[in-house]
Amino acid sequence: MKTLFERSVAGRKCTILPACDVPETKPQETREKALRLPELSETDISRHYTQLAKQTFGVNDGFYPLGSCTMKYNPKVNERTASLEGFTEVHPSQNAQGCLELLKTAEQYLCEITGMDAMTFQPAAGAHGELTGLMLIKRYHELNNHPLRKKIIVPDSAHGTNPASSSMCGFTVVNIPSAEDGCVDLEKLREAVGEDTAGLMLTNPNTLGIFDKNIKAITDIVHEAGGLCYYDGANLNAVMGIARPGDMGFDCIHLNLHKSFSTPHGGGGPGSGPVGCKSFLADYLPGEKIAEENGKLCWQPRGDASIGAVRSFHGNFLVVVKAFTYLVTLGKEGVPMVAKNAVLNANYIKHLLEGTWDVAKKGTCMHEFVLTLEELKKETGVSAMDVAKALQDYGIHPPTMYFPLNVHEALMIEPTETESRETLDEAAAAFMDIWKTIQENPESLHDTPHHSPIKRPDEVNAARHPVLRYPFND
Amino acid sequence: MKTPEELKYSKTHEWVRFISETEAEVGLSDFAQDALGDLVFVNLPEPDAEAVKGETICDVESVKAVSDVYAPASGTVSEVNEELLDAPEKINSDPYGAWLFRLTDVTDTDDLLDAEAYIAHCESEEH
Repeated sequence: MKTLFERSVAGRKCTILPACDVPETKPQETREKALRLPELSETDISRHYTQLAKQTFGVNDGFYPLGSCTMKYNPKVNERTASLEGFTEVHPSQNAQGCLELLKTAEQYLCEITGMDAMTFQPAAGAHGELTGLMLIKRYHELNNHPLRKKIIVPDSAHGTNPASSSMCGFTVVNIPSAEDGCVDLEKLREAVGEDTAGLMLTNPNTLGIFDKNIKAITDIVHEAGGLCYYDGANLNAVMGIARPGDMGFDCIHLNLHKSFSTPHGGGGPGSGPVGCKSFLADYLPGEKIAEENGKLCWQPRGDASIGAVRSFHGNFLVVVKAFTYLVTLGKEGVPMVAKNAVLNANYIKHLLEGTWDVAKKGTCMHEFVLTLEELKKETGVSAMDVAKALQDYGIHPPTMYFPLNVHEALMIEPTETESRETLDEAAAAFMDIWKTIQENPESLHDTPHHSPIKRPDEVNAARHPVLRYPFND
Repeated sequence: MKTPEELKYSKTHEWVRFISETEAEVGLSDFAQDALGDLVFVNLPEPDAEAVKGETICDVESVKAVSDVYAPASGTVSEVNEELLDAPEKINSDPYGAWLFRLTDVTDTDDLLDAEAYIAHCESEEH
């Protein structure tokens, strides 16, 4: 399809403005040339974006089992509250009491769910939260005079952003392999900890969809060595309302409101990655805290120990409004139901696929599980990529591919709690149909999808030679 | 899968071509490039960097993932193959021609495998 620039016609506008009735003044500094913006009618613009929308696939189009991304349905009531004027037409410095009360209550609820004592809403997304959490750990060691503690331990089943965030925060990453059962290898962990350990970053349940059975032993080993424990809350959907990271021994945590708490993801964002911590780290949190003065809520500086601001004001406030709406809609009975149904749905579809498809780790899973197509690829030449693409022809978004790295030809499936049994049955039937095609005509899988608007983009060329701007002729 | 007889290999899938007793060229094996898929970026080590056997020395990125490259032996990086920065696909098309870096003062070579042992190692990893 054509870009807006290609559709542009010089002089075309969306509106006809009345003649200017005040004298024209020229600012002192003006650009030499006019901005090269596309010139189009409103009809053209509207059709352009509608055409783009038709080429996309979102959770409103169909099943979206993108592992570890928790692509649950985002209730429309969240959008409705987030567009209330009292929330949208207000400046953060106004100290609007309703906004402050919402933030304060959301902090209380999320602290209750995670077992933490304090929280900041400044971080704008998950990896930003990871960095913020690690900065708390760094600050703790700085202020407690532990100059040697510069290493963060990250198991190989962690999210890929964990080692990246650790490096970015100035730590050295120590990677430890998982044991045979997919959990942290306690012996390897004991060998890894020492006087140089700043902390551990753990995703639990991990990327294989396994709740680490030794979770308390893990945090104990790290604490005994003098390190702190960071919980990557990306997979909180599996445990929220049932098990609390604070009770598992974690000192700080980030949440992905845009995953677990039903606010839009990615291009539909913005996101929100609040960071919670135990009280001994609370003074290090960024931004300001909410306090009460003369019966009114207000913002108060956290003091010199704070790591400083990681974003302006209170982060992506309207995302918190959506997450808060979700929480009060569910109530305390509803939150654990989310986790239970997320786990039930994952086990249901896993059960339907098992026996035909190869599941990487046997046994009950949490909210997600991983298929390995390693044997299938050897026997038939059909890869995880081929199957992922074939699913598009069934109106299903591909699962996460080639992750986690400790499983070869991986497809990681997370159905979430918002899918019905019928949808899961249909998805399993699609997998079985693809399996049948692989047995009969494996070659036909290599040029899937056959029916989606975009077939196979040239990923290699896109990565090697990205075209990031419109090439004007002059 | 090609595994030239005259080269040595590490268990982490780097190949080593000895130019003299203490100088060597390092690249990624055919098995490694096949497992990684189409490479799109290569981060080479800094010249003069110290290579410590078994530790990360640089990384490569394929359409699937970013993967660490481990130093197959210890030594000092004397030269890097800058040609790969613009043409990472050479690692896919000619894995044994596309060297990543050269080492001088090479030590810690005892664990390197010969071609036969490396083929056996790859087969065991597949199962």
